[in-house]
Amino acid sequence: MYGNHAIGEAAIRAGCQCYFGYPITPQNELTEYMATHLGRRKGCCFIQAESETAAISMVYGASLAGARVMTSSSSPGMSLKQEGISYLAGNELPAVIVDVCRGGPALGSIVAGQSDYFQATRGGGHGDYRTIVLAPSSVQELADLTHLAFDLADKYLSPVVVLADGMLGQMMEPLEFKHEAPEVLPVRDNALRGARGRPSRIVRTCNSNTNEIEELNWSLYRRYQLIKKEETSYETFLTDDAELVVVAFGIAARIAKGAIKTARTEGLKVGMLRPVTLWPFPSAKLAELSNKVKNFLVVELNMGQMLEDVQLALGDKAEVSFYGRPGGVIPTPSEVARVIARLYYQKGLK
Amino acid sequence: MKKVFTRPNSLKRTPFHYCAGCGHSIIHRLMCEVIDEMGLQDKTVGIPPAGCSVFAYYYFDVDMAEAAHGRGAAVATGLKRASPETIVFTYQGDGDLAAIGTAETIHAANRGERITVIYVNNAVYAMTGGQMAPTTLLEQQTTTTPYGRDMRLEGFPLKMSEMLALLDGAVYIERTAVNSPAGIRRTKKAIRKAFQTQIDDLGFSMVEILSPCPVNWKMTPLESWQWIDKEMTRVFPLGVVKDTAGKSNAD
Ligand SMILES: Cc1ncc(C[n+]2csc(CCOP(=O)(O)OP(=O)(O)O)c2C)c(N)n1
Ligand code: SF4
Repeated sequence: MYGNHAIGEAAIRAGCQCYFGYPITPQNELTEYMATHLGRRKGCCFIQAESETAAISMVYGASLAGARVMTSSSSPGMSLKQEGISYLAGNELPAVIVDVCRGGPALGSIVAGQSDYFQATRGGGHGDYRTIVLAPSSVQELADLTHLAFDLADKYLSPVVVLADGMLGQMMEPLEFKHEAPEVLPVRDNALRGARGRPSRIVRTCNSNTNEIEELNWSLYRRYQLIKKEETSYETFLTDDAELVVVAFGIAARIAKGAIKTARTEGLKVGMLRPVTLWPFPSAKLAELSNKVKNFLVVELNMGQMLEDVQLALGDKAEVSFYGRPGGVIPTPSEVARVIARLYYQKGLK
Repeated sequence: MKKVFTRPNSLKRTPFHYCAGCGHSIIHRLMCEVIDEMGLQDKTVGIPPAGCSVFAYYYFDVDMAEAAHGRGAAVATGLKRASPETIVFTYQGDGDLAAIGTAETIHAANRGERITVIYVNNAVYAMTGGQMAPTTLLEQQTTTTPYGRDMRLEGFPLKMSEMLALLDGAVYIERTAVNSPAGIRRTKKAIRKAFQTQIDDLGFSMVEILSPCPVNWKMTPLESWQWIDKEMTRVFPLGVVKDTAGKSNAD
């Protein structure tokens, strides 16, 4: 199945009731999939909004009503969604936001990129908040992590970002769906649909009492600490005997994996750590690896964004090198293999 | 003794924070009376704006949720589509609806969203201290048009009701004013009709209400009522701007 379609199908099977989007390459097939397959389902709703700002505001409205809801976009559109993501985070409302990232800045390229790691993992909008960020690296994972995103959003009452990229979105791979679409669409307990049989409720952050807003921030902070403890996830590949560990996510990890296999045939002891959650970031796992491994290579399709998280996690316990290709350029596995080999010899590992 | 006047159930006991002579408190009360009379208190969700009425949720005893400045119509759209049985209204100022939220408003109206918009036109940005609004009259002084609004520099007062009336999805639009007992009664009827349009599943409904802001207009409450009649209604004429509901009108 096509990557963008896999996201849509997984969302429907996760009980997504509403989708609001605005066309942008390279994620249009997802919006179109939702128009075709979600729009006419009983009780469901698809709207092609007038802008990403409107789309995310509709997401906010549907989430208020207790529905499972999704929007998707790509980099320039994600900039416009930040306002609404901040309102979702502040008002503790779940939603799934898929970013099929391309190369920026500005209009940039329309193919794959990872230039929005900062935007995704640092909150992105205004205010002191985080979003859980999931980084798939195959079509199977696009589906699995989209489903997981809905569950995590509901569990932590928080927006969750699936950070994919143009290459994954446009890729065709076999996959297996692990869930059937629910017969009855789920509705969250604290849905705002009118105060029948209970006192009326207010959902708001705005307050003239700064103590209350401070308390909201503390409670978000405590939730984020819990998320760090419970939900951090990653994949390791051949790290047991590794002298050099590549750190990469998403499509870059896919490419790096190919490069590592080549390096292994040449006898180089190279492994990989692939963060699956970009926030929370697997800092503890990196620190643990650095007890044995002293050389790390970060590979990204940008000029060094996750790099900063790796450096923070490792401090001076290991040396961190970087290979980045920005602007929508995708290196081949053999290019990355050459970078790995050069570094391996430079560091005197062989 | 027969009670002839009382606080509507949908209006909380919280004293209003609005300035003396402000139209917001009158409009809140009218809306609550209508919500009571139509039996909507436990079916309604309201979306207040960023603006002087940002704290409207402290007064309406119905479910309420804040929205980003200008995004009311889009938030209401998402809510209504996810829960079509819920009665959804937005409450928006002229900065909120006619400047930053113009696109959301036009497209919600054009899609014929079954939502009710209460649009409070006081010709200024009141909450932020009396800056120019899209509805500010020509020559009107505000803190950002200190020499008066100049058509060549700041353009003309924006007539949202007339603009929205062009859209096929907009079913009922009326402009009223809360500067006289008759105007207040008329406004209540219009609000009722706007909710009825939504209940009947007909399409988008909006009541634009000319509302005094004596503080930022630098007038007494009485002068502000007169200014609405003498100046505002010349640019924003009162009356039904559009009604394709095909049923009895607000009278
Ligand atoms: C994105 C954003 N920009 C600016 C503001 C500041 N702001 C709050 S209310 C407002 C305008 C209020 O004017 P209006 O909508 O006419 O309502 P009024 O206060 O007159 O009732 C502005 C600009 C904001 N809250 N959010
Ligand atoms: S500033 Fe104007 S609009 Fe705001 S509360 Fe006072 S009178 Fe009302």
